[in-house]
Amino acid sequence: MVSNNATSDGSLSSTDFQIAAKAFAEKWQKFNSDFPEWLWIDCSNRLGFAAHGVSDGYLSVQNVFFQRSIKEEHGECCSNDYEERFDNATLVQSTSDDGHWYDFDIVYSSSYNVPVLYFRALSSDGQLLNQDEIEKNLPTESAKVLTESKWTFITQQVNSYLPYEHPYLNRPWYTLHPCGTSEWMRLLLAGENSTTENRVEQYLISWFSVVGQVFGLKLPLDMVKRDG
Amino acid sequence: METEAQKYVWDGAIPLQIHLHDSEVTTLPPPSPALILAPRIGYLPLLSSQLKPFFSDSLPPGADTIWFEYKGLPLKWYIPTGVLFDLLCAEPERPWNLTVHFRGYPEHILIPCDGEDSVKWSYINSLKEAAYIIHGSSKNVMNMSHPDQVELWRSVMNGKLETYNRISSKLKLGITGDEFSGKPNPSPLKDQQSVNETEATAARKASRVPVRLYLWIVDKDFDDLEEAPNFDRWDQVSYINRPVEFYTEGKYFTLLDAVKSILPEFYPGSLNTTKAESKDEPGIEPENESHPVIKLLRIQGIEPKMEIPFSWVVNNLMNPDYFLHICLYIKAPKPIGT
Repeated sequence: MVSNNATSDGSLSSTDFQIAAKAFAEKWQKFNSDFPEWLWIDCSNRLGFAAHGVSDGYLSVQNVFFQRSIKEEHGECCSNDYEERFDNATLVQSTSDDGHWYDFDIVYSSSYNVPVLYFRALSSDGQLLNQDEIEKNLPTESAKVLTESKWTFITQQVNSYLPYEHPYLNRPWYTLHPCGTSEWMRLLLAGENSTTENRVEQYLISWFSVVGQVFGLKLPLDMVKRDG
Repeated sequence: METEAQKYVWDGAIPLQIHLHDSEVTTLPPPSPALILAPRIGYLPLLSSQLKPFFSDSLPPGADTIWFEYKGLPLKWYIPTGVLFDLLCAEPERPWNLTVHFRGYPEHILIPCDGEDSVKWSYINSLKEAAYIIHGSSKNVMNMSHPDQVELWRSVMNGKLETYNRISSKLKLGITGDEFSGKPNPSPLKDQQSVNETEATAARKASRVPVRLYLWIVDKDFDDLEEAPNFDRWDQVSYINRPVEFYTEGKYFTLLDAVKSILPEFYPGSLNTTKAESKDEPGIEPENESHPVIKLLRIQGIEPKMEIPFSWVVNNLMNPDYFLHICLYIKAPKPIGT
């Protein structure tokens, strides 16, 4: 079921979020099979009682490994080799001292009617990274993305990576503030002349193509390309 | 222009008796507890300037990061003090006995807090979120002049309602006219959006109201609030941040209607879409067992009747962040099929 008002103003309904999430996870697995899988975490039962027809949940990927050297490698910037850059964020089996493990969740915000990225980072000995450590280890590019581009995640008042409470896990996670999301998504989707249904399915892919850059994660071109 | 209820909310305070945690007491005899009146609309870390001098002589060496605990539960500082009290003390305890810590911040449970700046940041963020819900944009808050922002925050911190109303009125976040309280309109609460839906929708204006709901699902029955069990983990509370959408013209929209619309899990009939989707589940028109029972609904320390107009509740009982914070104890229905 696709609602009529979807996405033309850059926002997304909660029902459409679930459709978009499914499409995103499927495409991701198809085109990024080396990368850990995004899973739909079903929370329909989180109040201990699920009414029929009411569904709730979020997308989650765990144990994404980033080399510590990510910053230097990305410093040269603007390589057009997606494959190579993507290797910075592959799941490795052996424990390693020179990197960090990230968990990412994509959660729907009923206030902003957009998806919100939550994340946390752990060092190889299992310690949670604090804001400074995270910032230090993000690619230099992402600072640019955050401050210079018009796809601004940040408000003038606050920092870019905010500790927030994860709405489903009741724990502090970091997030990119969603208050500007619908605005840049509207611009991003404005050029599209696809049908509403395609727009919904494309929504999270387009969204992640921007948000992922903060972590140096680029989507393979095949994934960004529209079907048909 | 303030309402009488708004004045009560702003003047509301919780008497606290604050004990320094045993592990941080280095003096004999241990310091006596501190007695403080904490504003309902305030936040616990803002009490730091009063508490620190009181306890500083007893503390071990080290850096201070203040946090509070009630019966073993670390208190989330970004929830207004009055809401914490309403939620965690089913039977109000006066004074409310809290434990303060200046060491060992539980960073896995609580968002870091660097004093007043963090609290202000959290407040402004909440205000921004509310503005977005109401207007579809946070611009009014983000474009606030710096002096206004400072004054607004000070008015909240110091409980200056007049100043608050003067500055906040510039944000144009008025939610909805309170048009029902004068002319009761006893239309039936059920099936309120059934007939002529499409016709009426075009003419009606929808309002989105920022609501934060703290939900505790009770699994056993209790008649007396004193028998209500305590929380010891935040996982026992479901925090639900969903705006309430309703039409300011037309049908009478009650507090109960609002609760139902936030909790489609419990009240599937209140969602139009759900109605359509659940047609393959015939006859869940159930006996008592499968109906949720509201054991307690508390806003700003009072337990309003469920039939009162939601617009009145919002306009009079919301917090200065433009969110209506509702504490709800609900007895869950028995899952179908068990």
